Amino acid sequence: MSGEARSLPVFRAENVTRVYRTGLVEVWALRGVDLSLSEGEMVVLLGASGSGKSTLVNILGGLDLPSSGRVFFRDQDLSCASDRQLTAFRRDHVGFVFQFYNLVPSLTARENIALVTEIARNPMTPEEALERVGLAHRMDHFPAELSGGEQQRVAIARAIAKRPDVLLCDEPTGALDSKTGVQVLEALYEVNRDLGTATVLITHNAGIQRIAHRVVVLADGRITKDEANAARVLPSEVSW
Amino acid sequence: MRALERKMLRDLRRIWAQALAIALVLGCGVMVLVGAQATQATLVATQAAYYERHRFADIFAGATRAPADIVQAARLIPGVAQAEGRISFQAVLDIEGMAEPATGRILSLPATGPELNLPLLRVGRLPDPDHADEVALSEPFAEIHGLTPGAQFRGVLNGQLRELTVTGWVLSPEFIYTMPPGAIMPDDRRHGVIWMNAAAAAAAMDMSGAVNDIALRLTRDADERAVIAALDQLLDPYGGTGAHGRDRQVSHAFLDGELSQLGAMSTYLPPIFLIVAAFLVNMVLGRLIALERAQIGLMKALGYGRREIAGHYLMLAGLIGALGVVLGWGFGWWIAQAMIGLYGDFFRFPFIIRDWGGQALVVSAVLGMVTVALGGLRAVWASLKLPPAEAMQPPAPPRFSRGLADRALTRFRLRQTTMMIFRSILRWPGRAAITLFGVAASVGVLVMSYFIFDAVERLGDSVFQEANRQHVTLMLSNPQTDRALQDARALPGVLRSEGVYVAPVRAAHGHRDRLTALQGHYPGVELARLVDDAGRVVTLPRDGVVLPEMLARALDIRVGQTLTLEMLSAPRITLHLPVVEIIAQGMGQEAHIAAEALFAAMDSAPQVNMIHLAVQSDRMADLNAAIKTTPAVGGLLDWAEVRRQFDATLSDNLLTMVGIYTLIGVLIAIGVVYNAARIQLAERSYELASLRVLGFSRAEVGYVLVGEIMLLTLIAIPLGWLLGYGLAQGLVDAMSTDMFQIPFHITRRTFALAALAVFLAALGSVLMVRRRLDRVDLATALKARE
Repeated sequence: MSGEARSLPVFRAENVTRVYRTGLVEVWALRGVDLSLSEGEMVVLLGASGSGKSTLVNILGGLDLPSSGRVFFRDQDLSCASDRQLTAFRRDHVGFVFQFYNLVPSLTARENIALVTEIARNPMTPEEALERVGLAHRMDHFPAELSGGEQQRVAIARAIAKRPDVLLCDEPTGALDSKTGVQVLEALYEVNRDLGTATVLITHNAGIQRIAHRVVVLADGRITKDEANAARVLPSEVSW
Repeated sequence: MRALERKMLRDLRRIWAQALAIALVLGCGVMVLVGAQATQATLVATQAAYYERHRFADIFAGATRAPADIVQAARLIPGVAQAEGRISFQAVLDIEGMAEPATGRILSLPATGPELNLPLLRVGRLPDPDHADEVALSEPFAEIHGLTPGAQFRGVLNGQLRELTVTGWVLSPEFIYTMPPGAIMPDDRRHGVIWMNAAAAAAAMDMSGAVNDIALRLTRDADERAVIAALDQLLDPYGGTGAHGRDRQVSHAFLDGELSQLGAMSTYLPPIFLIVAAFLVNMVLGRLIALERAQIGLMKALGYGRREIAGHYLMLAGLIGALGVVLGWGFGWWIAQAMIGLYGDFFRFPFIIRDWGGQALVVSAVLGMVTVALGGLRAVWASLKLPPAEAMQPPAPPRFSRGLADRALTRFRLRQTTMMIFRSILRWPGRAAITLFGVAASVGVLVMSYFIFDAVERLGDSVFQEANRQHVTLMLSNPQTDRALQDARALPGVLRSEGVYVAPVRAAHGHRDRLTALQGHYPGVELARLVDDAGRVVTLPRDGVVLPEMLARALDIRVGQTLTLEMLSAPRITLHLPVVEIIAQGMGQEAHIAAEALFAAMDSAPQVNMIHLAVQSDRMADLNAAIKTTPAVGGLLDWAEVRRQFDATLSDNLLTMVGIYTLIGVLIAIGVVYNAARIQLAERSYELASLRVLGFSRAEVGYVLVGEIMLLTLIAIPLGWLLGYGLAQGLVDAMSTDMFQIPFHITRRTFALAALAVFLAALGSVLMVRRRLDRVDLATALKARE
């Protein structure tokens, strides 16, 4: 992907903090994070458990609000958006992929994707989305009839079917073995390459970082490292 | 307190709303059982004590005029313990402040004090034997008119206008239910009972040394039929109108009918509620504990034994059950209070003997606890069978497959959220069936409750609009020739007059017999017509009799067979007539015949003893005034007043009952739907949160939850209608006495109201649960799998 594509910011986070209060205890999940994400960029978020990766992605994806600081999606301020605005934001602009797939068990692969395409503005067809992740032949199967890798690819197909501006993936390979994980990464890689969808990929698997344009490392709620990858590799070259 | 016990209490606090919903459903079943049994037991005990303390007679007989010493002869009949003779007659009364005349039944009080049917003095004193104009009045009548001791009123006694002075108010076991002659409902305003000195009554009625009313009390081992036969024989020469037991005594028969209806309700309804409640509690509690699966696995991993874990959850179930039973007892007690109060007022019991129906308390407690224990045990057992490691894992994702129904559904190209609803129902048909059954049960209960209104309305229409269209009915003191019709037409405001002849008879067929009345109908009548339950006007055949279904059943007689009718008034002949038609008539008790056939058989000129009048509405006052001074009239019925009484009496009693059952129906619906929705939410929160993440709005996600339950509710409604239809039919069978049969007639309004009430209750409950969706924290809902 080209350098000029990366110059337009999709997300801009300014001094974002997030504090969880449970009873008398305050947990600082994010302690002042600045980050921007450009069009077409693929960023890997690395960090130990509890470093704040998921909190950051949840805030970017409109699932959570920052305690202080501001988050912009293009020129829309997400930090003070209403529930209704956040719902519309997720519906129109964001695709999510989670560690545990989050497929609706009562809907087939195709129907899980139709779930999104029915409410999206300019979606691809469920068949096309499944084709992209190489699962066209499994489209009438229920989640329980698919392997973990297949389920995650269905989840990716569901996430990209709406042609989102940004794809947020929280440990998408976390529950998968290495071989299956690579298949999933390939699907993400191709989507980023072919559709130019800005992608944030959370992992605590350092091996995966090499497929991204940029690697951001979080520790204890702060960004400790943010640097571009000099040489990207293909997912097939990654193993763990 | 041990950790496990502390956990139980905290669990209970966490699920308090669901626990309460379960307890309420169970409580409803317990409440109906306890409430109905306590009411029934209390009224039966009160009735028995009242009869015993006030020596209510066992046998009653009337005669035209019998010598007073016939009482001595009656006392000698084997099986008779006590006998009493008195004078009894009807009088028209003129009460101040009342435009229309009232009627009174005057009874003589023996100078030595009555031995049987002892009047209970409530206010003032009994009449002084030296004062012929002194009377005591039945309390309800006196109370309504404010006739306190010392007050005066006028009565036409044997054609003479007399001024009477009130000395006291009285209650009597004979008149728990006071019915004016010819009426179908008690009427305390227009009809009273008047106790008068024997000498004064005898003088007024020219009955010195004679009696016309005999009451007997039997020994414990007496043969009632034999005594009745002997008494009939004794009174036959003196115009005996047929001796009968308590079963034909108006007050007792109605009270008994009322009590047996109550008894039927207390045996018919509560099991339905308890079964529904038991079923629901069982399933809901089962689901609740199934959700605890991971915790059960953990406890096993920590080394708790099966018995301890089972005991723990059974204790939880037991607490919920105990709450339900206690709530049910409480509400049952409250309902019993309300019902006893209602019936106590209605029947004028001087005292109430409370009976808590202890058996019902025990039975309901046992059933309630067994119900929850079974529900709890079933679920605990399923979890206990799993190895701890597996139990601690979330259950495997449900397997869906594409059955026939599923393929059919796919064709409709439904939205995916709608598909989720259908698939969930198809995947867990058992669970859907419970919701369906529970909601249908509440619809059924409501249909049955509202049906009672329909039945009463139908009855009212039939009696007041189809059969009795006259404004006033005059009861003549003695039969008259049809000239009386012309005299009646000459009364002020009368537009039309029609006569009828009613004679007391003993109807017999085979070895069965029954005291009733034979009505001789004149042709071409327009006011008081013979109408069956379908509203069809019955044309009387030239020969033979027409019987209502209940009488025919009691006599075991069919069309074409011969009925024996022994006339108990002059000319006291016996007729043998074929039964030509049997008609469906819920309230019909009497045999019917064409007047021409009757008088041909009696070999007499046509007579009338009842006259129905159509009256100009603005001349009622004049008519009333005229009747007060017409000696030939022994009593009258103002049908507008009868209708008012009918509506008032029934609406008082019915509104309370229907209110209670509506509450129960709605509570069941809420209990079922709230729990079904909570379980759905607990099991699918992950899935529903995923939808929110994908960009579905709260309303759209709520649709999946609300949609499934409301779809089930909609399917349940017609099932509930069917169930209600069956329940209503059962109720009709259970509550029909040989005096009265409820017409089986359910209106669309009833079906609609029942459906609407349950629909709204369900919608309210599920929306209450839906609000919880708003509070689900999306970020954590996705991370935390179980």
